[in-house]
Amino acid sequence: MSDFTPLADKDRIFTNVYGFQPWNIDAAMKRGDWDNTKALLDLGNDTIIDRIKASGLRGRGGAGFPTGVKWGFMPKNPTPERPSFLVINADESEPGSCKDREIIRHDPHKLLEGALVAGFAMRARAAYIYIRGEYIREAETLFAAIAEAYDKGFLGKNACGSGYDFDVFCHRGAGAYICGEETAMLESLEGKKGQPRLKPPFPAGAGLYGCPTTVNNVESIAVAPTILRRGPEWFSSFGRENNKGTKLFQISGHVNRPCVVEEAMSIPFRELIERHCGGIRGGWDNLLAVIPGGSSVPLVPAAQIMDAPMDFDGLKELGSGLGTAAVIVMDKSTDIVQAIARISYFYKHESCGQCTPCREGTGWMWRVMERLRTGDADISEIDTLFQVTKQVEGHTICALGDAAAWPIQGLIRHFRPELERRINEKNGGGAPMMEAAE
Amino acid sequence: MADKKVISDTPELRARWGSFAWTKANAAKAKEIRSRYPEGRQQSCTIPYLDLAQRQVGAETDTQGWLPIPVIEFVARELDLAVIRVLEVASFYTMFNLNPVGKHHVQVCGTTPCWLRGSDEVFRACKDKGMVKGHTTEDGLFTLTEVECMGNCASAPMVQINDDNFEDLDYDRTTAILNALAKGESPKPGTQEPGRHTVEPVGEPTNLAAMQTENHDYRGEWEKTA
Ligand SMILES: Cc1cc2nc3c(=O)[nH]c(=O)nc-3n(C[C@H](O)[C@H](O)[C@H](O)COP(=O)(O)O)c2cc1C
Ligand code: SF4
Ligand code: FES
Repeated sequence: MSDFTPLADKDRIFTNVYGFQPWNIDAAMKRGDWDNTKALLDLGNDTIIDRIKASGLRGRGGAGFPTGVKWGFMPKNPTPERPSFLVINADESEPGSCKDREIIRHDPHKLLEGALVAGFAMRARAAYIYIRGEYIREAETLFAAIAEAYDKGFLGKNACGSGYDFDVFCHRGAGAYICGEETAMLESLEGKKGQPRLKPPFPAGAGLYGCPTTVNNVESIAVAPTILRRGPEWFSSFGRENNKGTKLFQISGHVNRPCVVEEAMSIPFRELIERHCGGIRGGWDNLLAVIPGGSSVPLVPAAQIMDAPMDFDGLKELGSGLGTAAVIVMDKSTDIVQAIARISYFYKHESCGQCTPCREGTGWMWRVMERLRTGDADISEIDTLFQVTKQVEGHTICALGDAAAWPIQGLIRHFRPELERRINEKNGGGAPMMEAAE
Repeated sequence: MADKKVISDTPELRARWGSFAWTKANAAKAKEIRSRYPEGRQQSCTIPYLDLAQRQVGAETDTQGWLPIPVIEFVARELDLAVIRVLEVASFYTMFNLNPVGKHHVQVCGTTPCWLRGSDEVFRACKDKGMVKGHTTEDGLFTLTEVECMGNCASAPMVQINDDNFEDLDYDRTTAILNALAKGESPKPGTQEPGRHTVEPVGEPTNLAAMQTENHDYRGEWEKTA
């Protein structure tokens, strides 16, 4: 194995991530949550932001934008007529992602304390936690945890005795992946269809109800109190330069023991899988490919990922990305074309429909993918499909268009011979598909 | 885009649901929901009110519930919104049923991580119980829907049935759950893997072993910081 030092239990932030112990406020306080939160707030808004910047924390919702920098974009002097808001993104609908659920149902007080600390730092009046509608039991826990925190005086008027008034509300969605996109989330919170807004204006200028707003992922917010308690140097002692901290990895697919686990950033893929997942099903020789960051990032073939560091830069170098650190593992029994075609179906299903390249393109790409799966296509269609993905990518209001294009590009880049083999086996296939819409 | 939903509007529907109004308990809930949003921003209540309404219809019909058009009109009146504003929300989000569903809404995840771990077997078990995707069984017990990733991929494959998730499924485990529901029992939600608690690696713990037996406080082991 490598010279990587695995994370020790004492350095894990989410110590109750498996829910072996109760989530309630008394149990959470025994584990260290809500421990003199006032002292953290007494650091002052700008010191908190500086320390989060110094910790190297990058957003855990997929794009990896530096969290402290983002908080710094918020106005320094909000008015009661135009207050600032923190919106916490608990939509978690990217296939493969399943970490925010564990934070919410087993460690909700880390999120609520983080909401107060982050909301205070950015001078927000309140936080809305937007939780995907399908997290029904999880939302029940969250509502109950919020009530507990109010009862103890940790939230609401004079939160934690700090002299600062801060509210936290839970808002349930109702089933729509697109509401994870931050401006779609704001539309949805306002009671509309979840269709992304054109940017600019950016949410920090005009977000929820037209007021300055920051949207952050659950994990980005929930780690903040521990970073402040232990110091930015502690957090930045994990991971490579520019890729700092601890991270919840979610490993699904063909490993012996799928799981969610908090590890140090930059852990080599092989180490992650050996240490926590009991290895690849059927052994390392049986590994085919990995989607390392949730369904929207391109797959990486076995040979390239085996010893790669699992972080933003390491996976970018492989033409993929860390995304939400949702690691989907596929062994050699996998019909790789079907695996990606099913992802194409997902994006077709989830397109909000307001941009033509996405609305028409996702359906078109999926139908060609299905024909490539069965081999009923023409060899030339592989290149046509690749070109269409390039026409969708970067030409839409939100990044769902890119997310639909990238998995297909990854497949063609790495598995073209497999696509050709299927077509040749079907003896040339049918005529190229011409129609653009359903 | 998600499949277009058909909206039915008949005299019978109007007769049955035209006088829909909150129950006493739900009126109190609606009031509490309204208090979460600023003055003048009552449109933010649209999703929570539709959910509450669907649940009330569910309780009255002993099903998961749905949103007949008069009920959508009621929500629009409550929030002082044009009906179309509420209708377009009801039809945009997958969790709002615009047609009746059975007592148990069986929502099997078919997205890639679940598929890699055998969601085809879960569908086969449903099929063998007489279910067809997009339809309700004749006895009104089950409606089968294929859904997209439900955020349970580390305990895949999974199904959500009304408010509960059942994870780490295979053919037999799915069949056992469906049989139990058909008998009116309440099978245990969560992972169906023997010896597994939630999403930890099965078997010997690889991390946080102390937490399995006590509410361990790790702070005593922290190095001193500046
Ligand atoms: C189609 C789409 C879906 C998204 N879904 C999520 C999601 O479920 N959860 C999330 O935190 N971010 C999601 N994002 C990213 C958010 O737009 C936003 O960047 C993120 O919440 C910012 O939080 P962070 O800076 O803490 O990472 C999505 C983005 C797109 C384009
Ligand atoms: S890219 Fe797709 S999902 Fe995003 S706004 Fe356009 S149509 Fe909607
Ligand atoms: S793919 Fe089924 S729960 Fe994620």
